[in-house]
Amino acid sequence: MDTIYALATARGRAGIAVIRLSGPLAHSAVGQIVTPLPPMRVAALRALKWDGDQIDEGVVLLFEAGASFTGEDVAELQIHGSGATVQAVLRCLSVIPGLRLAQAGEFTRRALDNGRLDLTQVEGLADLIDAETEAQRRQAVRVLAGSIGRVAERWRSGMVRALALIASSIDFSDEDIPASVLVDLDRILEATLQEMRAELGRFSASERIRDGFEVAILGSPNAGKSTLLNYLAGRDVAITSEIAGTTRDVIEVRMDVAGLPVTLLDTAGLRVIDDRLEDLGIRRGLERAAGADLRIILLDENGLPPLVIPATGDILVEGKCDVRAGLDFGVSGVTGAGVDQLLSAVHDALADGFGSAGVLTRERHRIAVSAASEALVMARSQLAASVVQVEVIADSIQAAARALDVLIGRIDVETMLGEVFSSFCIGK
Amino acid sequence: MKHFDVIVIGGGHAGSEAAAASARMGAKTALVTLKVDGIGQMSCNPAIGGLGKGHLVREIDALDGLMGVAADRAGIQFRLLNRSKGPAVQGPRAQADRKLYRSAIQQLLAEFENLSIIEGEVVDFVSGRPGVQGVTLSNGNTVTCRAVVLTAGTFLNGVIHVGGERRDGGRVGDKSSARLGALLRDMGLPTGRLKTGTPPRLDGRTIDWSRLEMQMGDAKPSLFSFLNRSPTARQIACGITHTNPQTHDIVQDNLSQSAMYGGHIEGTGPRYCPSIEDKVVRFSDKSSHQVFLEPEGLDDSTVYPNGISTSLPASIQKKFVRSIAGLEAVAITQPGYAIEYDFFDPRCLSHSLQLLDMEGLFFAGQINGTTGYEEAAAQGLVAGINAALYAADRDQAVFSRSESYIGVMIDDLVTRGVTEPYRMFTSRAEFRLTLRADNADIRLTEVGLKLGCVSDNRRRLFEEKRSSVVSLRQALTCVAFGPKELETIGVFVGAGATRRSAFAVLGMPGVTIEQVASLCPELAEADESVQTVVAADAIYAPFSDRQLAEAKLLKRDEAISIPVDLNYGDIAGLSAELRSKLMAVRPENIAQAASIEGMTPAATVLILGQIKRRNGPKARFA
Repeated sequence: MDTIYALATARGRAGIAVIRLSGPLAHSAVGQIVTPLPPMRVAALRALKWDGDQIDEGVVLLFEAGASFTGEDVAELQIHGSGATVQAVLRCLSVIPGLRLAQAGEFTRRALDNGRLDLTQVEGLADLIDAETEAQRRQAVRVLAGSIGRVAERWRSGMVRALALIASSIDFSDEDIPASVLVDLDRILEATLQEMRAELGRFSASERIRDGFEVAILGSPNAGKSTLLNYLAGRDVAITSEIAGTTRDVIEVRMDVAGLPVTLLDTAGLRVIDDRLEDLGIRRGLERAAGADLRIILLDENGLPPLVIPATGDILVEGKCDVRAGLDFGVSGVTGAGVDQLLSAVHDALADGFGSAGVLTRERHRIAVSAASEALVMARSQLAASVVQVEVIADSIQAAARALDVLIGRIDVETMLGEVFSSFCIGK
Repeated sequence: MKHFDVIVIGGGHAGSEAAAASARMGAKTALVTLKVDGIGQMSCNPAIGGLGKGHLVREIDALDGLMGVAADRAGIQFRLLNRSKGPAVQGPRAQADRKLYRSAIQQLLAEFENLSIIEGEVVDFVSGRPGVQGVTLSNGNTVTCRAVVLTAGTFLNGVIHVGGERRDGGRVGDKSSARLGALLRDMGLPTGRLKTGTPPRLDGRTIDWSRLEMQMGDAKPSLFSFLNRSPTARQIACGITHTNPQTHDIVQDNLSQSAMYGGHIEGTGPRYCPSIEDKVVRFSDKSSHQVFLEPEGLDDSTVYPNGISTSLPASIQKKFVRSIAGLEAVAITQPGYAIEYDFFDPRCLSHSLQLLDMEGLFFAGQINGTTGYEEAAAQGLVAGINAALYAADRDQAVFSRSESYIGVMIDDLVTRGVTEPYRMFTSRAEFRLTLRADNADIRLTEVGLKLGCVSDNRRRLFEEKRSSVVSLRQALTCVAFGPKELETIGVFVGAGATRRSAFAVLGMPGVTIEQVASLCPELAEADESVQTVVAADAIYAPFSDRQLAEAKLLKRDEAISIPVDLNYGDIAGLSAELRSKLMAVRPENIAQAASIEGMTPAATVLILGQIKRRNGPKARFA
């Protein structure tokens, strides 16, 4: 039985995140990150280390088989909830042999198999499936749109072709099959592998997409930034007043902009001022804005705010258009005028960068592609061996196709056979 | 009125195997056929086995069936296909003498004391509660029984086409079972229409063999049955010739007269068995196709030209055949034809091949949408075993995808249905490295022993072989060699390499049994059949762990059966789409449910939860 792991708490920023492991290697795997392991059922604060570097500090809890929620050896890591920390720990676990990321519902399945679960917990899965379905639907929409769809489609047709070539040399070897099929096969594997490596390289960029984009709103004091934010949030998250400098800290609001997860940052109004506290707030706002994926600069009667030089990609929009007449592109947080136009500009700007960010929007996808590429490397080395074992090569290619399931869909035997029959004249 | 436990309708490959299996199981069995003399007839090409198909024959043999034994008696040329590739994808094949094969099957059937053969036409079922309780024959006689296996082949509404001509029939010279077809249609089972073709038959005495390349059988023949060592019939060679541009022109010019291309045929033909018309049209860039000239028997001058099945008019057939090298003066003894026939959607069947809606009625063979003798026989075997089990009020036997090609085929049929005649390929088996022709007995004979379909003689031989396999494997694992010793047998591993076991050395690509045998007397002394299995196990040992682990999970899920009346509507969280798929497929167990497109592990757990709710909270699945 494999040892599985997964983030047990909801994704996104939170105070604490819990990562669970279940299976025979659960304790020894945690032992590679944490020393010494605490006794069973005793919570202990430990440093989490990988390759000598400290990743985080957290609470470690172990449960022994027979006395855990799945019935197997279980470990829980309660760590800090930031996306980067969770990602780092998951990444470490993914490279420990014998461990793999759990599929949705898999912990529950194990609990059920071991008679450890009550049915209300199973019913809880219904919600999970709904959420999962929605996520998959959106993922599918993303995959179909733009460059992602093309890459996945190319991988799929490459895998179908590879499976068909290897099948033709196994199942139809007594037919008229050209001797060059294995050469063709290697070419396809090499091309697919190259693309996979390129996508793996782009993975860190695409993590942003899953964790969300940051969009900063900048402008002079009283340009209407906080009012706009409150309007977008649909509630009062920022204090608004006529008094310039009301916003001192950076205020974050998460929202969905036409399907893209976006965190809006409201920043202190930009002005040159002696007040050290306000000045600190302004600087902090500027720093955050510099790291954001996109900046919206609100213009007022005086045009551009001070302290900021617009760069390519910034969105410049006139604020308070409800009280100012004759504007080309204006927005108002009071009436909502121009908000739709602004959001679509935000979406377009982010979606532009989206294409270059790569396919791998989730850790699951990264693992899938890296497992598939490992299997293809194996297949290629078997192809290059002095004694070629076609059935073993086929096994490796099948493993690669199975690993890619989540991205390219299951490849049915009939699909593969269809490729064989349309490429070669089979049938004596 | 006569009474039997099991009645088998049809005497083809499915029917013979079903009747024999039922009889081996101890059931009082009757085989009803239109023509007793036609039992065991090979109606298409005179060959048994091949890639994937050879696996099926070995599995039938492992369960003590007829096909392997009969094919060995009838084999006039044995070749192990894919000999240069690994053992997992090698498939035994033999040219068979039609008469020898037919008489072998008839003799084997005659040996069963509890098997009666009845010549007659079944025109009605006697239905009762539950299900089928007998059949009525066209002469008015009624025979009662507990279970019926129907193997009607292509006889259901069969239509034969030669060019523009058409006539009813199951195969040339036989009548079609129209009344049985109508009866089954009245049962409201969903049907589909398939087609298949045959080449013209040639008179071998008019072939100029001197101009042809000849293909010999293997110097050391691989037989089908685990009981046999060497062929009994005289061995012959087959001829190979090729079509040429002139042949293709003749076909091309007359396409409109082909039954298939002239629009006379509605059924779907197999993509892997294209007619010469198909080949010329679809692969117009190829100027030549291979044609194998296969003698139909030792004292039969008929030759089967494998590769040119056609439904062109007889006159055109003569013209194109005579354009082929060696066939310039050939006489056609029977023109090629296309045949269309009805099949029943196999998704109406359970994994035991019993109709879901009619207890006691089992379907096997071509009526389930398959093609090939081997596919038919394997289904007949399973249906025969299960009909006997049903008649004895015992649990049905289900073969797993993880255990056999038989299991792969039946699972494909009953869960996915067919769109073209279904043929076995090794690519269909996801556990290909472990499901091999060489270990079919190791995988299945034990299963057969438990079911009760394996004779004492085979039991004894099997138990001896299995214990030899276990002890040889053990012995080879215990002895290890260093680089120097390996060098003496021509295996080079690098001077610093660690010692490896004889078993590991045997599994190294390119290393032969003879090489290792020269270092290990245990291997040298072992029986060849034992050597073969252990060597193949060694080759795949590095890859078999994953397959075994997956097979174990599959078996676990197969063991959890889903109650037939489980209400998927009650399960919150299942999408409407999944719900309707589940209701359509009616999976028998969790493994089948999980294989439905779109099922997620979480959705599987929901179904498990629902089963658990019914079975009580203490139920465990592990």
